[in-house]
Amino acid sequence: MAEKLTSWGRYPAFVQTPHACNWRNDLPSLLNTLQKTYGTTLAFGNGRSYGDSCLAQSNQVLDTRALNRFIAVDWEKGIITAEAGLTLGELLEIAIPHGWFLPVTPGTKYVTLGGALANDVHGKNHHLRGTFGQFVQKFSLIRSDQPPITCSQQENKEFYAATIGGLGLTGIIEWIELKLLPIKSSQMNVTHIRFNTLSEFFALSSELDRHHEYSVAWIDCLAKGAAAGRGIYTVGNHANDGILKISKQNKLSIPFTPPVSIINNLSLRIFNSIYYHSQAKQQQNKILGYERFFYPLDRILYWNRIYGPYGFQQYQCVIPEDAAPSAIKELLASIANMGMGSFLAVLKRCGSITSPGLLSFPMAGTSLALDFPQKKTLATQLFPRLDTIVRQAGGRLYPAKDAHMSSKDFQHFYPAWQQVEKLRDPALSSHFWERVTL
Amino acid sequence: MKKILIIGATSAIADECARLWAAEKASFFLVARNAEKLQQVANDLTARGATTVTTCVLDVNQFNQHHFMLEACYAALGQIDIVLIAHGTLSNQIKCEHDVNLTLNEFSTNCLSIIAMLTPLANYMEKQQYGTIAVISSVAGDRGRAFYVYSTAKAAVSCFCDGLRVRLFKSGVNVLTIKPGYVDTPMTQGLQLPQLLVAKPQKVAKDILNAIKHKRNTLYTPWFWLFVMLIIKSIPNCIFKRLKI
Repeated sequence: MAEKLTSWGRYPAFVQTPHACNWRNDLPSLLNTLQKTYGTTLAFGNGRSYGDSCLAQSNQVLDTRALNRFIAVDWEKGIITAEAGLTLGELLEIAIPHGWFLPVTPGTKYVTLGGALANDVHGKNHHLRGTFGQFVQKFSLIRSDQPPITCSQQENKEFYAATIGGLGLTGIIEWIELKLLPIKSSQMNVTHIRFNTLSEFFALSSELDRHHEYSVAWIDCLAKGAAAGRGIYTVGNHANDGILKISKQNKLSIPFTPPVSIINNLSLRIFNSIYYHSQAKQQQNKILGYERFFYPLDRILYWNRIYGPYGFQQYQCVIPEDAAPSAIKELLASIANMGMGSFLAVLKRCGSITSPGLLSFPMAGTSLALDFPQKKTLATQLFPRLDTIVRQAGGRLYPAKDAHMSSKDFQHFYPAWQQVEKLRDPALSSHFWERVTL
Repeated sequence: MKKILIIGATSAIADECARLWAAEKASFFLVARNAEKLQQVANDLTARGATTVTTCVLDVNQFNQHHFMLEACYAALGQIDIVLIAHGTLSNQIKCEHDVNLTLNEFSTNCLSIIAMLTPLANYMEKQQYGTIAVISSVAGDRGRAFYVYSTAKAAVSCFCDGLRVRLFKSGVNVLTIKPGYVDTPMTQGLQLPQLLVAKPQKVAKDILNAIKHKRNTLYTPWFWLFVMLIIKSIPNCIFKRLKI
């Protein structure tokens, strides 16, 4: 009955066969069965990792989506315990009416709790709160070689650090205890400010980030000449009064995969120009529902299909504070010069809070994320050039988004990888891990 | 605030229905065979907003235990707005063909236990003079085919519900026969089913709540199964027996 699975970028195209787990008590036996039958496996949540970090080396994944039960909730303290297959969106539907929100959320609510922990995701409030893993007080890990263990800052500390951002390799995450953020309203006070150059972005961010819980910027990466570096900087806070309401936005859907990518230079240029000019004024204040603020792309189900049958790759890097202005400029110039546009180009200032996770991605500096339709020249021309800039600036790439990083780069970016390898469950491995630990 | 009795509360379809009711702050009396799974479902529903959740472990084939379960349910809920009967097993047809005891046991799980339970429940609801009895039967019960052991039990359940509906109509109690097609649940995992026809349990649950709300008699879910089964029922036996569908 198994519907075949891919990663969100649908590149590389290793199609996964799911083996569903319906009850958390079945996890140890299912893990052992899969190990015996296929050698290795990997937990698969909702398939929102872009590259190959969520694809099992054996192409046989342990599907955890049915593990979406709450175990305990404390609405006084804002602490929930739930199975790892629960998505952030499912959690929000229950938590918002009680006045609680996710302490950290990525740009989609369709990721599972387990996936959020395994990738130690961050969001628009990284500059104030750090990563998702820091709000996970405890979690349970199922391993093939020992009884289930509970991990926290006090218990099984090694596994705790290796599992936060550990790409699901240290065991199957069974459940998670998460500390939520109190809110008074489900509405957001949002300010959009247009900027014309990258230095304007850095100035805006330095001035305004600290006064706002959330901050992010969109940049028109196809703009050249005088328009180069233009974009829209957005900050937001949870509103102080209002209602606590689940937003039910109308969902659009891309019903099928078009034969070629709809995203090309022409469509991008038009989109980027319209998007930039759609904001008439230099500065605009708005009240938005949380879904429109945090999850604009979730409105379009299966938006990854617009890239056609070959899929796409996301390039996300973070550059340390001092090197960021020049390196980001250089990255954008390289992309524009090669005529490679990106539909989504997101700039985000990350803060200095360090995650306990050994393979956690963010560092104090600026992160840039770009999506490119898959084609051969990405690997042969564009990415090698971008990788060199990132390497020289002392930055690093994000495994959750990656489908191209060289093993040399990975081991240089994440020197603690050997500790994770030591604690890796022998029954678990991914295409990503095989690729970067050679 | 609805008061709901669910038999087979750990089944995927029942669980999805219960989640929707929990969001409306319903009170539950949940019955299932596996204590551990039942407790997991109960904890989940409590977190999702259920007012109260009482659990009862029962093997439905222990007919002499039904009485105690029902007494406990009446005591816990005080009244019953909705009864959802959702337990069942997808019989292994080939094994059944070679094992009389297994066949009878499957029939007991999927049919006799439901009749045994509905007999006293119907009297209770009749006295109460309101409420809904919703029973998960199957499109498979509309005509015997490859899985005919399962089909036979479901056909009997559908027929029993038809009769019960007529009897209870006068008392203001509605009987809903639910006939799902292929649903993506643990029961069907491992079966080779045509993907296009497989529905998610969430969708089926929404249909069920809607049908209960509107006091419907029979629900085909998803809706197109009504037409599929109309066609299947209309094929003459001389052709039907030669078909491999």
